[in-house]
Amino acid sequence: MAGYTENELAKDLADKEYQYGFISEIDSDVVPAGLNEQVIHLISAKKNEPAWLLDYRLKAFEVWKTMTEPEWAHVAYQKPDFQAISYYAAPKQTKKFESWDEVDPEMKETMAKLGISLEEQQRLTGVAVDFVMDSVSVGTSFKAKLAELGIIFCSFSEAVQEHPALVKQYLGTVVPTTDNFYAALNSAVFSDGSFCYIPKGVRCPMELSTYFRINAGGTGQFERTLVIADESSYVSYLEGCTAPQRDENQLHAAVVELIALNKAEIKYSTVQNWYPGDKEGKGGIFNFVTKRGLCEAHAKISWTQVETGSAVTWKYPSCILKGDYSVGEFFSVAVTNNYQQADTGTKMIHLGKHTKSTIISKGISAGHSQNSYRGLVQIHKQADHARNFSQCDSLLMGSICGAHTFPYIECKNASAQIEHEATTSKIGEDQLFYCQQRGISEEKAISLIVNGYCKEVLNQLPMEFAVEAQKLLSISLEGSVG
Amino acid sequence: MLKITDLHASINGTEILKGLSLEIKAGEIHAIMGPNGAGKSTLASVLAGKEDYEVTSGTITFEDQDLLEMSIEERAREGVFLAFQYPVEIPGVSNVNFLKTAINEIREHKGIPALSAKDFLRLVKEKSALVDLDASLASRAVNEGFSGGEKKRNEIFQMAMLEPKLAVLDETDSGLDIDALRIVARGVNTLKSANNATLVITHYQRLLDHIIPDFVHVLYDGKIVKTGGKELALALEEKGYDWIKSAE
Repeated sequence: MAGYTENELAKDLADKEYQYGFISEIDSDVVPAGLNEQVIHLISAKKNEPAWLLDYRLKAFEVWKTMTEPEWAHVAYQKPDFQAISYYAAPKQTKKFESWDEVDPEMKETMAKLGISLEEQQRLTGVAVDFVMDSVSVGTSFKAKLAELGIIFCSFSEAVQEHPALVKQYLGTVVPTTDNFYAALNSAVFSDGSFCYIPKGVRCPMELSTYFRINAGGTGQFERTLVIADESSYVSYLEGCTAPQRDENQLHAAVVELIALNKAEIKYSTVQNWYPGDKEGKGGIFNFVTKRGLCEAHAKISWTQVETGSAVTWKYPSCILKGDYSVGEFFSVAVTNNYQQADTGTKMIHLGKHTKSTIISKGISAGHSQNSYRGLVQIHKQADHARNFSQCDSLLMGSICGAHTFPYIECKNASAQIEHEATTSKIGEDQLFYCQQRGISEEKAISLIVNGYCKEVLNQLPMEFAVEAQKLLSISLEGSVG
Repeated sequence: MLKITDLHASINGTEILKGLSLEIKAGEIHAIMGPNGAGKSTLASVLAGKEDYEVTSGTITFEDQDLLEMSIEERAREGVFLAFQYPVEIPGVSNVNFLKTAINEIREHKGIPALSAKDFLRLVKEKSALVDLDASLASRAVNEGFSGGEKKRNEIFQMAMLEPKLAVLDETDSGLDIDALRIVARGVNTLKSANNATLVITHYQRLLDHIIPDFVHVLYDGKIVKTGGKELALALEEKGYDWIKSAE
């Protein structure tokens, strides 16, 4: 057998085509391209929103106009032309479905290609899926069962109509409209998303799951997610994303806000597999997302993410540890390949006493990609006895990719305890040889080694998701052997 | 089982093996001894198919097949096993998962159905006892945090699990204390059968007190310069390698 070098491996990785590249032909109701006050009025009117929400959007738009795009991230890309984007696309079929049979067969097929047959999931896994396709939720299941417990899990638009008081109370409290350029944009034009409320003392009996999917060409996706866990409640929330193959770059600027009240716990897991662009770096999703959670006393928020897609990722799921004894966690696997660029990490803001945070970040770079970890650990003056542990590991495949670590630590309290560990390694020829000498094929060996490397993070994912994430990692590496 | 004829191999343009010939039959234990730099580990690597080494001429047949035409994993699946001098660590991959993958790849190659979890675990229990390997080591990541002795015992444990036809032990005795040496030797001796063969590569004679070879070969400057019975190892131990060098 000819010698297989890392360069060849890198080349093979580059040759792998995006597996979810298909386009659904569903009639979309698309607002003309461009962004101005009329468009915002139009979006708000189409969604039949109350005046306060229109007002919220318009204020955000005013703020956005004064802002400029952030440039500090270690990414380089052609900035989107915000006047060339259509800010709203809803599948034309807007009537509510009485039963699953009524749903457009093509839409079902789309889901089947994603491997998430709703029926299957409902029946076999007990996962309630809120499927978002081009911004409008089409299937919310298990609602009745959740309702018995007082749990609200619905599309954001529905929440605005049915639970306006809750939305009004919490919207923008963790990520204010003024937070950053993309958050302001999202606040002005968000189309739909998910809303979740867990009442006091309730432990949500199932994983709540939403699949996001960008479908219509040239439409940005501006998701808005709001999860509120009331005192002493618990919820595990899963978010999965895939997008069809397209040539032009598509913008995704979501905002996710989590609120964990006293003694509540939120576990938020993401598997993101959007189109990363082709092997020349053409096309692909721009993923500029603001995710943040607020912890009151003794509350806990845990972010777990497996990021394998998107052309450019700019994402820092963060925790504001406001309450005493609150806990924040961040577990991340970010894979970049070809010309993908990822600048991702977390912010742990310690405000309360005895607050604790853990950061485990695993980066895997292949091809020409650039993979950066950027994290901030901030201990405020009053945060006595705060503790943080950070571990950032990078795995390199080939010699033309890059891995970077930008840890920021700001500590204003002497009683804090902060640890940071970082490693960079290459997939060892010796490790591969060892596996092959035991009869394991090179492809399986790479998959074994990579999964082993990510294990601490994959272990954090709920079972169904962990299996999917492992598959995704394998798919990412598929065909990597000649 | 294995026939090496006039083998020449080099690394980065430097010739290490310079016309090595060796024949090993089923049921036999061969030992290769030699001073540092003689080419002992090169021979092990070439047999396993490590790609850093270039075979410039000569042939190796294994079970009537051209070994040099086979990939690393094909050789392994056909029954060539290398106990590494320096076993690598694979973080996050449990020994059990690693071996299960290996066994099932080998079984698939042979057209046998995969081993059930129950049968596999029974096998683990049985074989780990052979080398006194703590059951907890089986569930830990491959070689991660293992002591030198544990790594070597783990190699023999893997060998027991995979049941190769030809086992090549590359300086398995290096870095072992006498107790670990005995355990390793016991494992190898227990696994010996009329259908398999073992090639023990070692610098020192002491391992051969425990694993009794049928033949001892002295490798010097890329060639086998002397072959004899187990008494040759004792003579070497007594007189040192200079004896071979001056005899040449």
